[in-house]
Amino acid sequence: MISGNNSKTWLTTTWLSALALLAPVLVMLLAGIGAPADLFVHLWQTVLPDYIINTLLLGALVVLLSLCFGVPAAIIIAQTNVLGKKYLRWLLLLPLAMPAYLVAYLYTDLFDYAGPVQRFLRASFGWSSPADYWFFDLRTLPGAAVILSLVLFPYVYMLARTAFEQQDQNLLRAGRLLGLSTRQSFFKIALPLARPAIAVAASLVLMETLADFATVQYFAVNTLTTAIYDTWLGYGDLTSANALASVLMLFILFTVVAEQKSRAGQRHQSNRPNKQTEVMVLTPWQQAGAGIFCWFLVLAGFVLPLGLLLQMAYEYSGAEQLSQLMVTGKNSLEVAVYAATLTVLLALLFGLYRRLHRDKFAHVPQVISGFGYAIPGTVIAMAMLATFGPLDHWINDLAEMFGWQSPGLVLSGSIFVIVFAFIVRFAAIANGTIASGIGQIPHSLDLAPASLGVGLNKMLLKVHLPLLKPSLLVAWLLVFVEAMKELPAVLLLRPFNFETLSTQVYQLISDEMLEQGALGAILIVLFGLLPIIWLNRTKPS
Amino acid sequence: MFANTLKKMSLLLAVAMPFLAAAAEEVNVYSYRQPFLVKPLFDKFTEQTGVKVNVVFAKKGMAERLSREGKHSPADVLLTTDISRLIELQDKQLLQPVDSKALVDAIPARYRASDNTWYGLTTRVRNIYSAKRLGDVDFTYEELADPKWKGRICTRSGKHPYNVALVAAMVAEHGEAETLTWLEGVKANLARKPQGSDRAQVQAIHQGLCDLSLGNSYYFGKMLKDDKQKVWADAVNINFPNQQTRGAHVNISGVAMAKYAPHAKNAKALMEFLASKQAQAMYAETNMEYPVRVGVKVSKLVASWGDFKADHLPLETIAANRKTALVLLDKVQFDL
Repeated sequence: MISGNNSKTWLTTTWLSALALLAPVLVMLLAGIGAPADLFVHLWQTVLPDYIINTLLLGALVVLLSLCFGVPAAIIIAQTNVLGKKYLRWLLLLPLAMPAYLVAYLYTDLFDYAGPVQRFLRASFGWSSPADYWFFDLRTLPGAAVILSLVLFPYVYMLARTAFEQQDQNLLRAGRLLGLSTRQSFFKIALPLARPAIAVAASLVLMETLADFATVQYFAVNTLTTAIYDTWLGYGDLTSANALASVLMLFILFTVVAEQKSRAGQRHQSNRPNKQTEVMVLTPWQQAGAGIFCWFLVLAGFVLPLGLLLQMAYEYSGAEQLSQLMVTGKNSLEVAVYAATLTVLLALLFGLYRRLHRDKFAHVPQVISGFGYAIPGTVIAMAMLATFGPLDHWINDLAEMFGWQSPGLVLSGSIFVIVFAFIVRFAAIANGTIASGIGQIPHSLDLAPASLGVGLNKMLLKVHLPLLKPSLLVAWLLVFVEAMKELPAVLLLRPFNFETLSTQVYQLISDEMLEQGALGAILIVLFGLLPIIWLNRTKPS
Repeated sequence: MFANTLKKMSLLLAVAMPFLAAAAEEVNVYSYRQPFLVKPLFDKFTEQTGVKVNVVFAKKGMAERLSREGKHSPADVLLTTDISRLIELQDKQLLQPVDSKALVDAIPARYRASDNTWYGLTTRVRNIYSAKRLGDVDFTYEELADPKWKGRICTRSGKHPYNVALVAAMVAEHGEAETLTWLEGVKANLARKPQGSDRAQVQAIHQGLCDLSLGNSYYFGKMLKDDKQKVWADAVNINFPNQQTRGAHVNISGVAMAKYAPHAKNAKALMEFLASKQAQAMYAETNMEYPVRVGVKVSKLVASWGDFKADHLPLETIAANRKTALVLLDKVQFDL
């Protein structure tokens, strides 16, 4: 396929890039080796088992709830004649734009004892103290699970809906001919066919959950991430913190393997375009139920939090905040644009290499470059310092040797390190999106350059790239939004005089002053809407 | 493709350069203190000296970052909110002594390092907030473990530096075993799992979820000055604990010079400015803390809370007992 010098350039560039993205992960693993046993023994005897149980429980609950929200929503939109289907189809994606920690804060405010909901209840029923009635406490593990699911379920919805919509209807018709009812053929044929896509979504949800930091901290749910923080910042033991992070990596590796396995099953899925979706016709009652379910998700996951933010912004914002927003907004945009662009370029490289290089290991760069996705931003930040700190020293020593002026910490002390952290963390998202785009290009096209006597690079530029444009754009937008929302890595890696929207908003939240940051929060959400609007525009016709 | 990537990389470096290029007169600060507090101070300093102040508002991991950066670190001045963080920097040999008559004259001996590596700027008291409905009561930290408060105490995470320092002080005063028993008692009295900030606890008292909470004094002032939070503060009394015995637990926010400070002269000037009458008065007014400099008045609001007796336990002793405090907090599973 690819031959000669061309091949060598491809090979080197691809593998070097993939290894560069893997490097911080490896550095972290290596740094954890030789952790002193006594701190571990102490942690194990005291708090670690609870942290691990909490981590597993939270992961399981969030996945379960996301499935309960996302799968029925996908079925309703893809297969039924629910009212308002045209709008709900994309409205259900909106919660994706909400950072979970924001929703957590807003809902706590709303449902607290002093919040409007409980005040109203007390006024209505004449209760006067917490002892008079029972009300759920949001700041608990189940509470955190609900909040995370409300903003993560769109992953499940999006992938499951696409799977249902792209199913070969002939299979369902065959089922009908063999005597199955519409409903039976759905559960016996359509749902099993969509299973791999749903599994992929579930693993995305799980990885996002394991990597969450701000929400669980706000809700005082102690997880493995808490343990990493404790050992690093409390006990001042970075080695043990790295070792704990490696434990978390095990969870993640397990998820990655499971996801890969389920994706292998996807081959059974036909990619013949779907002309007409078989519609389950609902009775008016069923229609009402389905509609209420979908609208509830949209309201709870997006409309209500945004409304609360708008109200806060209306009441508290001033001109001074606006000028500050210009600066932090520009910073956020800058790092997010760099990160999205570079991540997409690299993902394209890995994707094309896998496609054009027919050897046993061609998929490896794509796979290993995605490992960073589920590593909490905090851990990635630590790994970044450990990776680029020494490199910086090397650069400075070299400069000194030649008698030049020391350049300072060009890598670890600038936004370079933030952008790199984003690439490591979000490469998996771009990889997935672009890989599926590449998968849709007929293989016969790869053979064309040889028969036409055109160079490979030229052919990629003229044929593959234009075909890939939609996937590239979606990947770019997804990474862009995640980068706008990402918090822990930026908190730890900020260079001088550098704040982003999310660090600013988070600092105000942690001091019970979100009102002052409402405008910034709205801006994060608005940027988050961009890819969703785009995804909606480019839906398969 | 690779050329493209390279081009992007160099573009990135070009963007990063302004952060790195050494301008003539500037000073670089790593700060745990929040922007709203230190910005006015820095602006005043720049106005008076012409020296530009660059800040990283670190949230966590300052020592880690400094030790990774080593001799190439751009940091000059380090601001922390807690004595333990200062001692951590000192222990990891990330500081250099600053010999300054101005600093020594301004700051009482017990609020600065004997080797001049760090200086306290403000003191902060760990108060007990109590619901107004309890009336005027004398509280002690020890009493928080008394079963009569069962289900009536709120606090932020036990592992927050402010609480760790308090527990460390208890260890210094009463020893490990007794502190463990005390912690078990306090945990048994909690109305809910430790969560939120110091302000959130006062809010909880206002809500009627609990009667007592631990919190630093300046938060009381901050809440009184916030339209939304004033009702929370109005629901509580601020109490200075252990007034009949050893006095209330006091921590400091402080300043130090980084070991490899590239702008040592400006760093020293900034440190001296922060200890000056003017800056100390700003600390008192803006953040409602107690200035360390003798002769600088606290704000009117803070003065209205009354005088108090402070615990004279050496700050180094508190910092030295920090790890023991953490181990004990884990042992009783305080946050779980």
